[in-house]
Amino acid sequence: MSDLTKLSAFELSQQLQAGSVSAEEVTNAHLDRIEELDKKVQSFLHIDKTGALKQAKEVDSKRKEKQKLSKLAGVPLALKDVLTQKDVPTTCGSKILEGWLPPYDSTVVKNLKNAGIVILGKTNMDEFAMGSSTENSAYFSTKNPWDLTKIPGGSSGGSSAAVSAFFAPLSIGTDTGGSIRQPAAVTGIVGAKPTYGGVSRYGLVAFASSLDQAGPFARTVLDCAMLHEVMAGHDPKDSTSINQRVPDVVAAAQMQDVKGMKIGYIKELNGKGWQPGVINRFNESIELLKSMGAEVKEISLPHSIYALATYYLIAPSEASSNLARFDGMRYGLRVDDGNSSAEEVMNKTREKGFGKEVKRRIMIGTYALSSGYYDAYYAQAQKVRALIAQDLTDAFKEVDVLISPTSPTTAWGLGERVNDPMAMYLADLATLPPSLAGIPAMSVPIGLADEDKLPVGLQIIAPFMQDDRMYRVGGAVEASLKSKWNGLLIDQIPTLGGAS
Amino acid sequence: MSSYSDAINKYDPVLGLETHVELSTKSKMFCGCATDFGAEPNTQTCPTCLGLPGSLPVANKIGIESTIRIGLALNCTIATYSRFARKNYFYPDMPKDFQTSQYDEPLCSNGYLDVLVDTEEGSKNFRVEIERVHLEEDTGKLTHAGGATGRIHGANYSLVDYNRAGIALVEIVTKPVPDTGEYAPLVAKAYVTELRDLLRGLGVSDVRMEEGSLRCDVNLSLTPKGSKTWGTRTETKNVNSLRSVERAIKSEIERQAIELNNGNTIKQETRHFQEDTGTTRSGRSKEVAEEYRYFPEPDLVPIAPDSKWIEELRSQLPEQPSIGRARLAKEWGFTDLEMRDVATLGAVDLIAETISFGASPSAARKWWAGELARKASEDGVDLTVLKISAKDIARIDVLVTEGKLTDKLARQVIEAILIGEGNPDEVIAKRNLAVVSDDSALLPAIKEAIEANPEAAAKIKEGKVQVVGVIVGAVMKKTGGSADAAKVRELVLKTLGS
Repeated sequence: MSDLTKLSAFELSQQLQAGSVSAEEVTNAHLDRIEELDKKVQSFLHIDKTGALKQAKEVDSKRKEKQKLSKLAGVPLALKDVLTQKDVPTTCGSKILEGWLPPYDSTVVKNLKNAGIVILGKTNMDEFAMGSSTENSAYFSTKNPWDLTKIPGGSSGGSSAAVSAFFAPLSIGTDTGGSIRQPAAVTGIVGAKPTYGGVSRYGLVAFASSLDQAGPFARTVLDCAMLHEVMAGHDPKDSTSINQRVPDVVAAAQMQDVKGMKIGYIKELNGKGWQPGVINRFNESIELLKSMGAEVKEISLPHSIYALATYYLIAPSEASSNLARFDGMRYGLRVDDGNSSAEEVMNKTREKGFGKEVKRRIMIGTYALSSGYYDAYYAQAQKVRALIAQDLTDAFKEVDVLISPTSPTTAWGLGERVNDPMAMYLADLATLPPSLAGIPAMSVPIGLADEDKLPVGLQIIAPFMQDDRMYRVGGAVEASLKSKWNGLLIDQIPTLGGAS
Repeated sequence: MSSYSDAINKYDPVLGLETHVELSTKSKMFCGCATDFGAEPNTQTCPTCLGLPGSLPVANKIGIESTIRIGLALNCTIATYSRFARKNYFYPDMPKDFQTSQYDEPLCSNGYLDVLVDTEEGSKNFRVEIERVHLEEDTGKLTHAGGATGRIHGANYSLVDYNRAGIALVEIVTKPVPDTGEYAPLVAKAYVTELRDLLRGLGVSDVRMEEGSLRCDVNLSLTPKGSKTWGTRTETKNVNSLRSVERAIKSEIERQAIELNNGNTIKQETRHFQEDTGTTRSGRSKEVAEEYRYFPEPDLVPIAPDSKWIEELRSQLPEQPSIGRARLAKEWGFTDLEMRDVATLGAVDLIAETISFGASPSAARKWWAGELARKASEDGVDLTVLKISAKDIARIDVLVTEGKLTDKLARQVIEAILIGEGNPDEVIAKRNLAVVSDDSALLPAIKEAIEANPEAAAKIKEGKVQVVGVIVGAVMKKTGGSADAAKVRELVLKTLGS
């Protein structure tokens, strides 16, 4: 493994600023590693070698001209294929968007470009972000770099795999019900879902508008915070974007101190049927936090047991409407024999262009919104959503942050749950309550499960627009474990082979 | 007995009107694109109004403000909390395959508009109650090519222009209007007329029915006299002029009455008004309620107008059209009936403008409510779109007053202006239409006319001056109406020594 790919974004940024390495060299090092090893992992749907090198050279020439550059200028990144990037394919992991070149940059991409971050390419994902394993991609399944027979989590599995495989120090995912946190947990890296409205959704191809949120992946809490800072901020193009100062997540990530903080572990998210190795690591984290001077106690979120049912009504309902536009009339796939009516073309295009899981959710959502069912399903789910959010609001009157295991299990085997959607949905059990409440949450690695030696994640949940609090706890846990292990958890990953 | 009076004797019509008004906001409702009418197809578009993946809407504040102002002018309650909703259905003219509209939380509700209609017992006020006023976006415009009908079925291909997609559209829905009896068509027409004037006065829309910035759907059902249950209603679309509103209702009353008389039931359906025949034809059947799967639009935040803002908008409302009309009628010396005719024609503003350019009120009314109204009616368009300006009419009136044009010549000038030959003075010069009052030019024609009418000439010589009209008429005919009639009369009498 080349030294440059082993460095964190923070370390790379220091070397780039010092001039000891160029952005072009850094980019090439990562592109070389991707070229050599991504055939094993299959994290990328599209590698934009030309675009990335062009961006890198621009950063280098700006640095040569002593122009002011952001801290992360020249650091490479992998982008989930659900965010539009001008003139670069954006498929959302679906055949229905194959060949579409967006004519505009998403606000996230605009922010990345303004910061001089080099976008290496677009990463694989469950089709339209629907799934927890990336097996619902219409193109191929991504493998977990810890064990190539396992799933990398989902829906942002391409982004989590790319960072854990050292193809990029940073990547971007999106999280609707856990699609950043769960992949981060099962690949042993850090992933954060900011407060809903903290990062602009403009250019994020919608799955469930009231839940979708883009966020960062990295191998360290500090890197994650640095990327978070670049992505976040008010955007007048997104009506749900919050017009407030971005919380100082970078400073919080560096505090490494939780003394006096009140931390609650969620009673309902620690239960029967959870993998013992996950529970063991989680219990150790509680002790660790206590030993660092935090006050830890149990908190009950009584309505959180309804989160799964609530989510699987609201998200598919919004999806059924958001995905209506993929009808073959304007862009992407069009199935047209030249003799069909517009209605037939729409039907045939959607029949061929959407995968099974997407169709399943469109049908659930269509049903839930239908007159006669709306009150019993969608409207009822919105009421329960409010109760779940209220539970969390009440909890934060007692504690500063909440914690739980990120996912009930470690990475499972590829193919194991593809015919069992319910088992797949259960992977989101712990990540759903903060999603429904629109509050920030992140996952940090806390060790390997005893049974399978696969990574376990700790979910840290903070109140609305207090994203800095979770970074403070995450940074402290990471620092403490780092000194215990003499390195990051990701440093324990088996080698993928290749020149190292 | 006509089929209409027969129908009205047996049944009571219940009306309902749904009016769509395109707001004249500079930019679209949910993006910054321009809204100019008639631009090159698909040039006023962006990712948002094309519904491209990832794009998001942002509500136009002026659109919301205009809707509230309409609601206030219609005596509505303004919601303190209102949301947009998605109306889901697949159609190629809708980029997102859902329309951003409002459902159970409209901006304005429960208002009314009073309209005056001439009845046998004189002028009578009818109160039309308003159910709701809500804000939504317009769809794109489809053009079907290659088919015989111009409809999507049977077309070889269709073209979509998304310039219109996303333009702010306000829907004004009345409650069912009962108890209008035989006046139902007139009440409906008066309502749309009054609404149009009110919207124009607010300055929120061009309200041009022929350009589609004001569109009307008419709901109608019949109840047998004495019955308390309302009948099944039909919804008639494509009612694109004030005259059509009246005709469509009349024809639908007649059609439904015949169906009921024959023992048939009325099908709940959408019908289309046909200008040429003045009747409605069956469209989509609505027996199965449409499934739009409405739900609150998660990409937009709720609207919560505070009372301070609402009161500020209320205080800035212009004069109600009916009050304005009463004031103008007095100022211009028009009778109530004259004023109402002028209002129905949509000519109030045009007349005011014509007067401001120097015409007399009576002349301005004469031209706009007479000659020009006839032209507009022939072409099936509103007065405002005729290619003649208030300034042109004022100039013509001045020329007539000064004796430089006769009425007949003036009509020729108007004809020429309407086909684009220029302003009045240019037309007069080009067509050589000025009144001839020069003796030497008139005398040969007078001589000829006297020779052609020896009996009349003899009577005039005997002192029966009232016969002079025969000779003058002949001269006018001879000169194609370009002679100054007073001058001709004077010269004829002089020639005949009377």
